Amino acid sequence: MVRSRPTPPRRLARRFATVALMLAGIAAAAVLPDDRADMFYSDYKGGGMDITGESVLVRKKFSEQFAVEANYFVDKVSGASVDVLSNASVIRDERKQKTLSVEYIHDKTLYNVSYTNSTERDYISNTTHFSLSQDMFGDLTTVTLGFTDTRDKVGENNGTAFRPVVSWLGHATSRSYEAGISQILTKNLIAGATLEVITDQGYLANPYRSIRYLDPTSALGYSLASQIYPNTHTSTALEGRVKYYLPFRAAATASYRYYSDTWGIRANTMELDYAQPISNLWILEGRFRYYDQNQASFYSDLFPFANAQNFMGRDRNLAASTNDTIGVKATYAFLPDGWKVFKRGTVTADYSHIEFKYKDFRDIKDYRPPTYLPGAEPLYSYGANIYQLYVSMFY
Amino acid sequence: MRKRLLLSILAAAPLLGACGIQPWVKPYERDRLADPIMSWQRDAISGAYLDHVYDSREGARGATGTAGGGCGCN
Repeated sequence: MVRSRPTPPRRLARRFATVALMLAGIAAAAVLPDDRADMFYSDYKGGGMDITGESVLVRKKFSEQFAVEANYFVDKVSGASVDVLSNASVIRDERKQKTLSVEYIHDKTLYNVSYTNSTERDYISNTTHFSLSQDMFGDLTTVTLGFTDTRDKVGENNGTAFRPVVSWLGHATSRSYEAGISQILTKNLIAGATLEVITDQGYLANPYRSIRYLDPTSALGYSLASQIYPNTHTSTALEGRVKYYLPFRAAATASYRYYSDTWGIRANTMELDYAQPISNLWILEGRFRYYDQNQASFYSDLFPFANAQNFMGRDRNLAASTNDTIGVKATYAFLPDGWKVFKRGTVTADYSHIEFKYKDFRDIKDYRPPTYLPGAEPLYSYGANIYQLYVSMFY
Repeated sequence: MRKRLLLSILAAAPLLGACGIQPWVKPYERDRLADPIMSWQRDAISGAYLDHVYDSREGARGATGTAGGGCGCN
């Protein structure tokens, strides 16, 4: 059975840990942000998949120097993506993730440690993160350094959604080194840059995705085989960004990220964001994002014969592709005078639409011989809609 | 090599704070920067979720700009 893994948890665990930690650094390294509690719901629909997410986050200061944050996230996956070649093998899965984060401030330095566990039937991930943020030069500059260690256990479910039979395939470790700087340039302008180097080792392929190669003995004209990935991977990403406060109380943000890795992928990401408050009750935001990448050196949509190369991949994340996102977001502030222990609250609705286009990944699920010969199928593309709704209470 | 460079920066960071550079934007001039709309990331869960949506569908990863901050104004 060929299934797809839509949400590799390794990255989500690391991302949640990092973003949760960095939130404190955003306010200022010398002061901890407000206590808050969030309830979050999301729904992703696209490419044949439906993924819902539910999350709770609670953050509490125990003194002016010490705070604890806890986050619980559950996502549920159902559907059948383009990787699912058998209509019988509709996937259904659930992932649970728990994060505990501790922050401590001493003078102008914020220290942060967190631990994240993510568990699903065929994937277990444990992430430890440490970072520190230092204010300097009259608090005009904040430097942040971070380190993340992730250890994963990778399996494959060869049973059904309701009767899983998991075989464990191997382990993967990942280490991330991050350095960031945020700089106040003028009364209205702030700039930032982040460099992140990530090294992976171990079982790095997605076991639910396959390569295909020309095979005259097959009725389809091709056969499928397991992907063979290198067991090491190192990536470097550098992002620069600026944020400008407009005279009529609005904010415009622009960012650019360049990415390269040892698998031969080079990528560019550009994003523009505009935030417009209306009175003190609403903040409306619009967002546009563009992304492109070339293919990995060992990627091919169709290999010429079996075992054509040492390393072979047909995961569409490795294919040359572009995507465009348009997003809108509205935040409404309620309880301006507070209620019981709460000082204020906000409710936010967010909608994003993404168009994915692949330049060398073909749709072999919907287009088959004899109408479409191997390698002549239409290129794959799809649109995705993402809905988010969350309530934040500050106390 | 990259690890050594990052460790060197880490070791030097506290020393830089002792330099005598005078802030050209005074603390009382940072009210606009303290506005919530000037935060790099206002909502941790939502930001992490969207990053993940892209991370799991693209080859690129990392450095998504949530590091740092530093308005120093709170």
